[in-house]
This record gives sequence, structure tokens and C-alpha cells, in this order.
Amino acid sequence: MNQLHDRIRDVIENEDVAVFMKGRPDFVMCGNSARALDALRAAGASFTAVDVLPDPRIRQELSAVSGWPTIPQVFIRGELVGGADIVEELQASGELQAKLESAIGSDYRGEREERVTSVLAAA
Amino acid sequence: MVAERLEELLRGAFPDADMLRVDDRTGGGDHFQVTVRSSRFDGLGLVDQHRLVYAALAEPLADGSIHELRISTKGTA
Repeated sequence: MNQLHDRIRDVIENEDVAVFMKGRPDFVMCGNSARALDALRAAGASFTAVDVLPDPRIRQELSAVSGWPTIPQVFIRGELVGGADIVEELQASGELQAKLESAIGSDYRGEREERVTSVLAAA
Repeated sequence: MVAERLEELLRGAFPDADMLRVDDRTGGGDHFQVTVRSSRFDGLGLVDQHRLVYAALAEPLADGSIHELRISTKGTA
């Protein structure tokens, strides 16, 4: 269909943990995105972040794909886990760690990495 | 007041709620924490619970009167 839509789906489906956020892990532009990253870090998860700010169409397409209206959005192996509130709640209860373990395997903790990818076509 | 509008919309969507609060987190009238306990959430995962809240608040979310929304939901079961 359209390239942006396909690229968003591709990230959601192929990254173990994908976070669509405002800003980047090293330069977060929104308190809720920071809360989601902190919960993932506390759970020991590696993740791949996508900044939605460079183009408003990213947010539109993402919400069309996920049916979720707000940013951030966290996906584990293609499944929408939620926004900052849910990820925080699941981390506090230990369910986030359990979810990561069942989706990725008990070695999900391993060497923790924070990657950044773009869903925009290279200029 | 936006907070009152949100509360009204939530009451309409969750008439049985035995706990329903809308807190203006910053006093600025656009950062809200909503807390709802309703039997409509029973048996649903958190993602679907929050989807019901987003659906109830679709209008103020779309027209920009909510800048930030925090949600806490609970079923009654």
C-alpha cells in the first residue's frame, strides 16, 4: 500500500521490542515517552526506538495500524503492550518481565541495547 | 471546564463505576489523570481497558483539549 505504513508494520513485526516515542532515547521530548523507556530499562529490556516527531504522518499511520491514539506505544514481538501507564504498571507488577520472557526468551536481559531506527524513506 | 466534561463523558460510558476520578495534574486544565473502576473492564486486558477510556474521550482527545492523559483502570471482579 503505502511505504510509511509498510515500514511501520515492518518495525512492529520484526523488532523484539519496539517503542514509538517523541524524541530519542538519548534526547527524550516528552515525559510519557521517558516513563515508558524507564519501565523497559527497569525490566532489563533492549529496545528499538522510533521517533515520531520528524513527520506528523508517522503518528497518523501508526495510530491507524495500532488503533491506539497516543504516544508512546510499546510493542513486544508485534503485540501492542500499551502506552506509558500500562508499561509502568506491568513493570511494577512484574508482568512486563514475564511477558518479555515468554515472548523473547529468558535471555532477553542479556546485553541491554537501545537502538534507534527510522520509518521514513532515506532522502 | 475540561475536567468536568471528561468526568461527564466517563460517567456516560461507565455508568456503573464505583470509582471515577478526573484529576487535573498540573492545574493547567489540559494534563489529566483519570481513574475508573467499572465492571465493563472485567475480563479485559489493560490494552482493551484503556481503549474503552480512549473511546469515551475520543472527542476531547481529537479536539486538542487534552494535552496529556494518564489512565488507571480496574475491573470489579
